[in-house]
Amino acid sequence: MQLKPLARSLAAALSIVVIAGCSSTGGTQDGDSYGSQDGSTTGSSTSGTGTGSQYGSSSGSGAGQQADSRIPEVRTIYFDYDRDTIKSEYESVVMAHARYLRANPSAQVVLHGHTDERGTREYNMALGERRANAVERFLNIQGVSSSQMSVVSYGEERPAVNGQDESAYSQNRRVIFNY
Amino acid sequence: MQSLSKVWLFCALLLVSSVASANLTIEITRGSDQALPIGVVPFAGSQGMPEDVAQIVQDDLERSGYFDPLARSDMFEQPSQSDDVEFGTWRSLDVRYLVVGRAEQTSGGFEIQFELMDISGQRRMIGETVTVRGNDLRGAAHYISDQIFEEITDIRGAFSTKIAYVTAQGIGDNMQFGLYVADADGRRSEQVLTSDEPIMSPAWSPDGTKLAYVSFETERPAIYIQDVATGQRVMATSFDGINGAPAWSPDGRRIAMSLSKDGQPEIYIMDVANRSVERITNNNSIDTEPAWAPDGRSLLFTSDRSGGPQLYQYSMGGGDAERLTFTGNYNARGRYSPDGEQIFLIHRSSRGYQVARQDLSGDRLVVLSESTRDESPSVAPNGTMVIFATQQGNSGVLSAVSADGRSSFRLPSAQGDVRDPAWSPFLN
Repeated sequence: MQLKPLARSLAAALSIVVIAGCSSTGGTQDGDSYGSQDGSTTGSSTSGTGTGSQYGSSSGSGAGQQADSRIPEVRTIYFDYDRDTIKSEYESVVMAHARYLRANPSAQVVLHGHTDERGTREYNMALGERRANAVERFLNIQGVSSSQMSVVSYGEERPAVNGQDESAYSQNRRVIFNY
Repeated sequence: MQSLSKVWLFCALLLVSSVASANLTIEITRGSDQALPIGVVPFAGSQGMPEDVAQIVQDDLERSGYFDPLARSDMFEQPSQSDDVEFGTWRSLDVRYLVVGRAEQTSGGFEIQFELMDISGQRRMIGETVTVRGNDLRGAAHYISDQIFEEITDIRGAFSTKIAYVTAQGIGDNMQFGLYVADADGRRSEQVLTSDEPIMSPAWSPDGTKLAYVSFETERPAIYIQDVATGQRVMATSFDGINGAPAWSPDGRRIAMSLSKDGQPEIYIMDVANRSVERITNNNSIDTEPAWAPDGRSLLFTSDRSGGPQLYQYSMGGGDAERLTFTGNYNARGRYSPDGEQIFLIHRSSRGYQVARQDLSGDRLVVLSESTRDESPSVAPNGTMVIFATQQGNSGVLSAVSADGRSSFRLPSAQGDVRDPAWSPFLN
């Protein structure tokens, strides 16, 4: 049985529409792969434009427009082992997403929580959810409507990088802002 | 020689599609020093047959950790029936038991006669003629292994059971997941499901006909129930948040699971017939990974209510859950032994995450595995082995350790990661 959810391709196409015009400038490793990877593999495909219309204000963003009309480029924040605390170095990232979501009430974000591979799978599913919930609470306190946010934990199931050392683990303990 | 009586029919299984690359091959990693020496003589007439039945029997017995088979190259003679067995020859080779047999092709398949001899007692223990319909020589071999194992150990053999497991390839956004069912020795794997979204936590129904599992195919987790033979399936739960860790009750009517629809992940029990869910735990912490006691009267689960993850037992009669584990600060994903007297779990030791056992009558925890990145222990239906996921190099592999920790084996895959094994119940 082969499952290729249409929703997934639409989401990928949509993310291309949304990031069009936002050149990635380094940022965090994970943010890079999330954005530029989709862009480079599917090239200039715009088959998702139909659903992209609800993000009209962002897809047309250009250099002259104010920052809050664009989805912030950094879309991944990282966590310490076994913690769901948003580290101070990432507060500005979360604040930028808060500003964007407040300025664009029709924008929706899915917060993907991830863990490193250590420990049991279902328990990690719960830890990943805790991280994404922490970000959702933070955004909520910053005035973002709950109706704009949802949380999906992937636990350890979708690592960003392979490897069994702290360098790999630290890149996998993350929450991704998925628009 | 007494006549061989019982005839066993093997029906060809309803098979979907076989993916050779997903087959797992056994590597014995630790042999037990208490293993019984046994000889399994190549079956006369089996040359040229699609499978070497005696070799499969020998491998089954060795993998169990209970037996230490004699190498074929050390066999001076190769009798095929009990009347031809020279006990002195085998005694001089320190063999305690001997299996001999004959195989022949018939119009509808094959016929295999085997006999088990007690060398020191100089007697024939059992013998049987097995009729094989079609090509199911592997099934026949596992059946023979089951008979031999039970006759000698008084423990029901679990060689004819299955394992379900999940495979994963790729990284990040580009991953492919597969759910497979294979024989307990890792062979004859059949693909049950593939997806480019995660698949997790397969769990067998107690009658062995269905699998419950978690799939992210809608880009969020949901629990599905799938008939293994027909592939037909239904989505059982798709609440907001986590839908995870399904575990069938022993009567097959309920599924315990972890749902976070009301906040933190809590243990719920779903009625399979009407899909209603009843909340079991209620607190401000993570409660997940439920497992049913064999008598259905209690649930084992992981909770971090004390800070880190520990195992708790909830009695169906109600009341507070009782904490069971106190060794170390990480004990999770518990599973009961079939007799309900022990639990197997993942314990974080100073070396890493390891499979451990604890008697329910006490607090003492014994580490069983030598690997240190272990996950997902699942107990064989006869309680002799625990299969689990671990890492070999940078790959996820399945491994198994005997319940006493004396023997172990690995089931490496040709490619990709293999994880989340679930040992089936007895199927015959």
